[in-house]
Amino acid sequence: MDIKRRNFLKVAGISTLAGLGGTAVVDRLVAGAGVAEAAAGGGHGAQQASAGAVRYGMVIDVKKFYDDPGLGDKAIKACHQFHNVPQFPDKRDEIKWIWMTHFENAFPEAPNHYQDEANQKKQLPILCNHCDNPPCVRACPTKATFRYEDGIIGMDYHRCIGCRFCMAACPYGSRSFNWREPRPFIVDINQDYPARTRGVVEKCNFCVELVQIGKLPACVEAVADSKALVFGNLNDPNSEIRQILKEKYTRLRNPSLGTLPSVFYIV
Amino acid sequence: MFEKALKGNNYYWMWLAFLGFFIAVAAVCYLRQYFFGLGLTGMTRDVSWGIYISQFTFLVGVAAGGVMLVLPYYIHNFKAFGRITILGEFLAIAALLMCMMFIMADLGQPLRGLNVLLYPSPQSMLFWDMCVLWGYLLLNVLCGWVILTAERKQVAPPKWIYFFVYLSIPFAFSIHTVTAMLYCGLPGRHFWLTAIVAPRFLASAFAAGPALIVVIALILKRVAHFDAGKQAIDKMVTIISYAAIANMFFVGLEFFVGFYSDIPGHKHTLEYLFFGLEHHGHVYNNLVPYMWGFVVLFFVGIALINYPRTRRDNDLWLGIGCASIFLAFWLDKGIGFVLGGFVPTPTHEIVEYYPTINEIFITIGVWATGFFILTILYKIAIGVEHEVEA
Ligand code: SF4
Ligand code: SF4
Ligand code: SF4
Repeated sequence: MDIKRRNFLKVAGISTLAGLGGTAVVDRLVAGAGVAEAAAGGGHGAQQASAGAVRYGMVIDVKKFYDDPGLGDKAIKACHQFHNVPQFPDKRDEIKWIWMTHFENAFPEAPNHYQDEANQKKQLPILCNHCDNPPCVRACPTKATFRYEDGIIGMDYHRCIGCRFCMAACPYGSRSFNWREPRPFIVDINQDYPARTRGVVEKCNFCVELVQIGKLPACVEAVADSKALVFGNLNDPNSEIRQILKEKYTRLRNPSLGTLPSVFYIV
Repeated sequence: MFEKALKGNNYYWMWLAFLGFFIAVAAVCYLRQYFFGLGLTGMTRDVSWGIYISQFTFLVGVAAGGVMLVLPYYIHNFKAFGRITILGEFLAIAALLMCMMFIMADLGQPLRGLNVLLYPSPQSMLFWDMCVLWGYLLLNVLCGWVILTAERKQVAPPKWIYFFVYLSIPFAFSIHTVTAMLYCGLPGRHFWLTAIVAPRFLASAFAAGPALIVVIALILKRVAHFDAGKQAIDKMVTIISYAAIANMFFVGLEFFVGFYSDIPGHKHTLEYLFFGLEHHGHVYNNLVPYMWGFVVLFFVGIALINYPRTRRDNDLWLGIGCASIFLAFWLDKGIGFVLGGFVPTPTHEIVEYYPTINEIFITIGVWATGFFILTILYKIAIGVEHEVEA
């Protein structure tokens, strides 16, 4: 049953690509090498990034989130509302797909001890990095965490056995577990997206269901005016995201681990 | 042969009833957890494995430890172990069953457990762990049973069984190696990301497993007129000593690498476990007493099992020594290793884990179930021994 669905999604992904125009096919031939460089963040020893026609990625403009603290809330709200992410009163049950944190938490390898207090308080969003070399996929014993052809790391909530090996494996703390029945804690249920059951893992899925029909992720859409989040195809050298990556200095989270994140931060 | 488990004195039945009580309590607790979810435990998204998985990890070691009897007997023809290899094999069975129960208790969706077989994923170490654990379990059931049956009939065991006996030796090593690989292959968990995890696991397993067997053998001597023999015990104590010292050596190496290189990621967990980790003005140290308990118990144990007067002249001191070693390594691996690995979190926060009462009772219940099974298996084995002697 879910295999069918997954194949359908693949097909949907490919047709989206076809919809993007003929140039994509040509670009695919030249894309691989360039992205590998960008993805490695200048680090040594990182593997070649995936050379498929599509690899979705995101650029996060940290300064915009620093300047407008309301932006983060907007993005989080959009995501959690759309995906029926429950709000538990007890922090120990917490589930989050995207959240705000301090620079030192997002980039523990790059601490700055000389910041003034005002700057230390500022926050930036973190979410699943949709790693090109994802440890969570490697660890999963049932393939309930898997990689779509377009680089999105998805979850099959009906297959997940709740072993939480993927949570131990993710070096970014991107994953949450349904410690208890989530449904009663969904504030405003969205009928278009499934709610989960207790005992399974979940995380940001790059809005695969929207992206593969040609729409933008909910969080990106929510802050679209500010351009604080930009989403696009990393393997298309003409995409907006590639233009930004060409011009701006960006950072990856924990690049030394070789996970090749697809989420870039303009710092 | 099962009829042997049905005849016993009052103490035997009282012991089983005692275990049965905890099993019943745990069953109720598990039902609560089953219907509510793992939210009834102390685990969080930051410390996502708790005492279930840490007990599992420790018990894989206990199961593997049995090989320290099988190997000298079958490979080196060390005759003195003849009477007690069966204790090692049956201990492995009970320990592995406890492992499986702990895994099931830890799954968020236990009914989907078979998905591991339906969608085999060889890139996942958990898949391989399942394969070797089941393999080792079946091998021990097979070998234990065939050899015991042969002994009862007072004939030599069939030749073909030796193939499986020999096969069980690499399997014993593999179960603990693959269990180590669950941890040591994860990027970003610095405390676990070290090649010494597997050797360290094996060393502590080869101390803890035999230590438990010595304790049990000393008890059986009193309550079941089963004498393992001085030579066998003495040899096991030697094995325990070397293995325990090897484990401490490996722990020491971890300290050297962490503190001499002074790389924060390599130090943090050790600091958290042994000294408390300071973070934003708060010192997190809830595991510190356990870790020092581990160190102290190791020294107490190693002294008692090596000082000639306590080692040879007094079963009580020897038993306490072995129990100390067992407890020490339980604290090390059954508490510190797994729980410590989650501190600090990948986003450099510190979340401490405290098991809940429900979780603790389930844990006790699984141990009780294991000892229940072990008691019955040993009763059968010793019943056969006595029958042969009579
Ligand atoms: S950030 Fe974590 S969950 Fe997301 S793909 Fe990478 S390893 Fe997997
Ligand atoms: S919790 Fe679910 S997704 Fe994560 S590793 Fe286990 S089966 Fe896979
Ligand atoms: S990409 Fe989609 S799933 Fe991921 S954080 Fe944004 S809205 Fe949520």
